[in-house]
Amino acid sequence: MIRFESVTKKYPDGTVAVDHLDLVAPSGQITVLVGPSGCGKTTSLRMINRMIDPSSGRIWLDDRDTAKGRPSQLRRGIGYVIQHAGLFPHRTVIDNVATVPLLLGTGRREARAQALELLERVGLPANFADRYPAQLSGGQQQRVGVARALAADPPVMLMDEPFSAVDPVVRAQLQEEFLRLQGELGKTIVFVTHDIDEAIKLGDQVAVMRVGGTLAQLATPAELLSRPADAFVAGFVGRDRGYRALGFAEAGELPLTDEPVVRLGEELSTACDRARDGWTLVVDAESQPQGWLGVRGLAVDAQRGSVTPELLNLGGTLATESGTLREALDAALSSPSGRGVIVHEGGSFAGTVTASEVLARIEARAAGVRHEAESYTADVLAGGSTHNAGSTHNAGAAP
Amino acid sequence: MSALALLADGSTRPPLSQVVVWLNDPQNWTGPNGLLFYLRQHVVYTVVAVVIALVIALPVGLIVGHTGRGAFLVGGLANGLRAVPSLGLVVLLVVWLSPKIHLLQTVPGVVDHHGALPYLIPVEIVLVLLAIPPILTNTYAGVQNVDPAARDAAKGMGMTGAQVIRKVELPCALPLIMSGLRSSVLQVIATATIAAFAPFLGGLGQFIVNGVQTINDPHTGYPAMVGAGLVVAALALVAEVSLIIVQRYVVSRGVSGRYRKTKAGVHAPDGSVVGMELAGV
Repeated sequence: MIRFESVTKKYPDGTVAVDHLDLVAPSGQITVLVGPSGCGKTTSLRMINRMIDPSSGRIWLDDRDTAKGRPSQLRRGIGYVIQHAGLFPHRTVIDNVATVPLLLGTGRREARAQALELLERVGLPANFADRYPAQLSGGQQQRVGVARALAADPPVMLMDEPFSAVDPVVRAQLQEEFLRLQGELGKTIVFVTHDIDEAIKLGDQVAVMRVGGTLAQLATPAELLSRPADAFVAGFVGRDRGYRALGFAEAGELPLTDEPVVRLGEELSTACDRARDGWTLVVDAESQPQGWLGVRGLAVDAQRGSVTPELLNLGGTLATESGTLREALDAALSSPSGRGVIVHEGGSFAGTVTASEVLARIEARAAGVRHEAESYTADVLAGGSTHNAGSTHNAGAAP
Repeated sequence: MSALALLADGSTRPPLSQVVVWLNDPQNWTGPNGLLFYLRQHVVYTVVAVVIALVIALPVGLIVGHTGRGAFLVGGLANGLRAVPSLGLVVLLVVWLSPKIHLLQTVPGVVDHHGALPYLIPVEIVLVLLAIPPILTNTYAGVQNVDPAARDAAKGMGMTGAQVIRKVELPCALPLIMSGLRSSVLQVIATATIAAFAPFLGGLGQFIVNGVQTINDPHTGYPAMVGAGLVVAALALVAEVSLIIVQRYVVSRGVSGRYRKTKAGVHAPDGSVVGMELAGV
């Protein structure tokens, strides 16, 4: 657990970067600090490992005051990942990863063996070990950066915009793998980003900071979307809040409709016979959906061939049975046939839903949420504590 | 055809072919006052000056580069030192400083002549002053050019200031430091010829200083001056090539960009192409 206790950073020129910040980053969870530039999020992060010293206040790592002892000793126990990875260009990938264990006095051979394991863990093949950072892409460098931060198995990790310097496709991949890794490792992570979408995707809790270095709201992502504390947070969280909030609402059991499908390689005429509203779903041998076949556009003589991947419309996204309402709605909206494809956990076809079916589910859920919100408002009006709403949305807000 | 060519001032000198003859005479290489004897002295003066300059300039450059403090001093000092008139300073120091030095020791291999030390010290001072600027400015610039993210990471991972310098900044700055060292060595090799102006000292400059007195002598005059000059140039080339080879070994491949060939065909897991994807959250 990391605890900020009225932490202030004031520079000699009078600029206040962080103003009496009170914040708790719970053990084993990802706490995301997010806000516009100049809000003090990076300063706050860097005060945890004393890259910057607070002007006043204290930061506790569990029950240890970080201000005591030598900064270098403190830092060796905290993983540190930064924007451009900051790999050492003169060291090979494996020696980069082994840096902290070597600083801590681990033998070279042991440190390298551990490093090799970690490379695998972050999704890099073993033959990358002897390459130099300049030979890697930005995404690969950042994987090495993460492996290096994990090398000494620190309980706490600080990550300063680690994924913002890579392209969106790679970023999404890194984020997924980061969440998978965190699922395995359960580190206490403080993560800084300026990207609210990233904050919502990755955070167990999100701390929105405003310029001047104060905390605007500390809440879970779902709460941030549904109950922004004030106009600043609402504006920062941005558009599509309602739609994005569906990403935190489990779809539950949707009314699935079975759908006649064809397999790749079957006769096109079969596909035409089975089409509904001009579209047939095509699956592979494992009955995993491959795409939609639009039979109306097919020339008569083409119907004598078989179903090939080239004929398919790939526009539709897939939602899993256990997924969220957002996935289900997106599947329905993106499907060329208007029928969203739902798959089992293993990826095999389960059934389809229409947008109106998903919307009905959303409305039913919204009615429940409204009811909850009314009791919440009543609470606030009564001046009572909001903690009994089971939330942390206001905890630690600046006085 | 006359064996002597007319010089611009009306005096005469032997033709260049005499230089070849002089260099081909083994007597001029191996004799007690031969080229090899003075070459060895020349190398000794050079190595002493460069080592002392390195011991001073490298740490100062590293520390100034690391802390960023005193950067203006590095620039000003280095430029000032470059403007020092070396021969004038040698003469001044030999006249003013040497009589105050009462060290008569000999150092085997470096100062063999009893009483030479008071004259060697002023000469080495001048050579060191010449050797410092390239090493100092290049070391400073090299450290300044280290990727700030790498430095931040090094500190953030728990390296102490000294460890950041030793384990990150020095290795990354090494290509520039080595090129500074190379230009220092070249400059000192060329300038060490002035050592011969001081009593008891030699070096390849001895032939040049002596040659001026006896320009028309076929053994110690013009051919010896040009021959010794050519040996100085050759020494500089040898030193340069040797240091380039050293540089290849001490600079990391990751910094120099001379990677070993790796087995091709393995692609990173990044950038895979997916047709139908799970709806993003």
